[in-house]
Amino acid sequence: MQALVIVAHGSHLNPDASAPTYAHADTVRETGVFDEVATAFWKEEPSFREVLRTLESEEVYVVPLFVSEGYFTEEVIPRELRLEGWDVDAWDSDGTSATQATFAAADVDKTVHYCGPVGTHDAMADVIVRRAESVTGDPEVGPGFGLAVVGHGTERNEHSAKAIEYHADRVRERGRFAEVRALFMDEAPEIDDVTDHFQSDDIVVVPLFVADGYHTQEDIPEDVGLTDDHREGWETPATVDGHRIWYAGAVGTEPLLAEVVLERAADAGAEVGDALEEVRRRTRVAAGEPAPGPAGTGD
Amino acid sequence: MTDVDDAQLEALVAAAEEGVALDGLIVTDEGGENGEGGEDREDGEDGKDGEDREDGVGDRYTFATGSDTHAGLDEAGLGRVAAQNPWYVSNWYYWEAIERPPAERAFLRWLEDADERDVPDRYEAMAEGRLAASWGQLHVTIRLGEHGHRVYTVRHAEDADREPEALEVHTDPRDAREIATFDDRGRYRPLKTAPTLPTGWAFVDLDGRALAETVGFVYPATVANWYRERRGELDVSHWRETMARQTGIYGVVETWDRGEGHEHVNWVAEACCVDSQCLKRREWAYDEETPLEVDGGDGAFPCREPCSLVVSAARTWTTLEGEEPRTYEFELTPSEKEQLEAIVDAVADGRTDDIREADFSDGANRYRARFLRAKRFDDEGDLCGVATDEWDGAEGADGADGADEADGADG
Ligand code: SF4
Repeated sequence: MQALVIVAHGSHLNPDASAPTYAHADTVRETGVFDEVATAFWKEEPSFREVLRTLESEEVYVVPLFVSEGYFTEEVIPRELRLEGWDVDAWDSDGTSATQATFAAADVDKTVHYCGPVGTHDAMADVIVRRAESVTGDPEVGPGFGLAVVGHGTERNEHSAKAIEYHADRVRERGRFAEVRALFMDEAPEIDDVTDHFQSDDIVVVPLFVADGYHTQEDIPEDVGLTDDHREGWETPATVDGHRIWYAGAVGTEPLLAEVVLERAADAGAEVGDALEEVRRRTRVAAGEPAPGPAGTGD
Repeated sequence: MTDVDDAQLEALVAAAEEGVALDGLIVTDEGGENGEGGEDREDGEDGKDGEDREDGVGDRYTFATGSDTHAGLDEAGLGRVAAQNPWYVSNWYYWEAIERPPAERAFLRWLEDADERDVPDRYEAMAEGRLAASWGQLHVTIRLGEHGHRVYTVRHAEDADREPEALEVHTDPRDAREIATFDDRGRYRPLKTAPTLPTGWAFVDLDGRALAETVGFVYPATVANWYRERRGELDVSHWRETMARQTGIYGVVETWDRGEGHEHVNWVAEACCVDSQCLKRREWAYDEETPLEVDGGDGAFPCREPCSLVVSAARTWTTLEGEEPRTYEFELTPSEKEQLEAIVDAVADGRTDDIREADFSDGANRYRARFLRAKRFDDEGDLCGVATDEWDGAEGADGADGADEADGADG
């Protein structure tokens, strides 16, 4: 038997923090390729400490729903899962290239395949593009459009900026969007000046965050100038300095992210059959149907 | 009494070879001895030796329930006797022939008290809809479905007397996640085992698996830990080791333990872990040798280590408790002093919403509190005009959890 565990931060204050985690877990569940699919949280339940004991499977694939390698993926999660002999070197990563490492856990008799975070997987580039499709409601979006991939800067996490740039580069190489930029919240080039960085009239702004919360629903919308007060919401698209800004909200809420979760597990040796294809197909954007939810009004 | 199901009977006959013994039902197959059955069995198995019975393939079965023993049965005879005892057969089938994780099986059996109540007793209760158990605030009823398969219904304990049809009916266990997210007043529940589960819903037509899933969504990992405890394998992490494990913004909590006793941990447990605040039965202590003086509670399922909510709160208290006390002088009437106490009590007991608008006898009544504020607070909000004085550290504690939430909550 094989199990998938999606581990995420969760929140004591924000009831929506866990929503994307649950949604992606359900998408994977519906493919039926894992005997068990579970979620676990730092701030919610089950905790990282107690999730493994709820499973029957001997093979467990743990995929962190985090945007980058760093404190949580390198220290907190392995410690709380009680991965025996964990050392960050086991990932043999340059900070964005972790794939997986295999450990025993101290409190259960299981083999744990501890995967790199979803945020650094190559397939994230597809999710970013898909997010642009869903916020514009245009499965062909690209020509004439600028795309801003937004993250924290290095102040918060040295690897986070690297991952943002990496994905921005990859999307740019596809030549689909007129312009692609990596922008940051606390370092240059800054998201505050988003319109300075683009020629295109239309700019899609995709924050590389796992869940909508303070940063994606308060900070960034105000910094970008979508609204003076996040509580009043904003238009999609919103006009800022003569540009139309299509603000996508957290990339982690995009249904296609479930495919990256599966990719991570598959890279670590999980049997996923044709689930990758299935998820890609099921989460496709139909023309003329902008994504509902956070991008609309911000409420 | 329903007829015994053919598939179940077949399974029973097949299992008889290994010997069936469950909840008062004993079925043995003594055939094959002397090689007659051509079966490959070891000698000396249970119940084989020393019994007075005829050899022969035709009459090799014994079927016994609590009150009756039928020996020397052939297969048809076994079928006949089994058909007269369909409850025993389906009970055996439900528990032994359906594959289940051990914790789930133990939990489902515990719900119907299978180790204590005999089969007829339970079946009658199930048939009459009187078999029920509780798990935290969940009320689980167990009815008899087809061929002895149990059908579970889950409601809030407060809704136990309401028909499921009068409630919001669900069949997908995953719906329980959403239900468990908010209390009856629409507030977010960060602690799943807080006794604030909302009312008004029912999960119906659940099989054992779906029931376990539903319970798992409402009270995650409680069954797994309960099962470990039953087997004497609960791995408790006490306060000290849990706080010592923390890093990052929680690393500071360790410094709260200054080797000057553990009274502060008693206060934490009293604040967060007693039954009025959390339905888990606290099993962790200060450390292995040092129990807390606060009652751990009576919950069915254990708490094996301070949870993330407690760790977060402890972080705030670590900062606040770093302050030295000082002496203030306030002028209050005796009733005003008591009123302040009443207000703290009302907030601590979550009672403020229950205080009637015009109940002026209650010190925590809103008008009473507003009057006190109008009279005793100055424009700065200082009680009796006595300045607090800026304290290093006091400020940092304000909204500390907000800061720690921003740290990674959304990515
Ligand atoms: S630490 Fe206290 S509040 Fe937290 S789950 Fe355990 S008993 Fe409940």
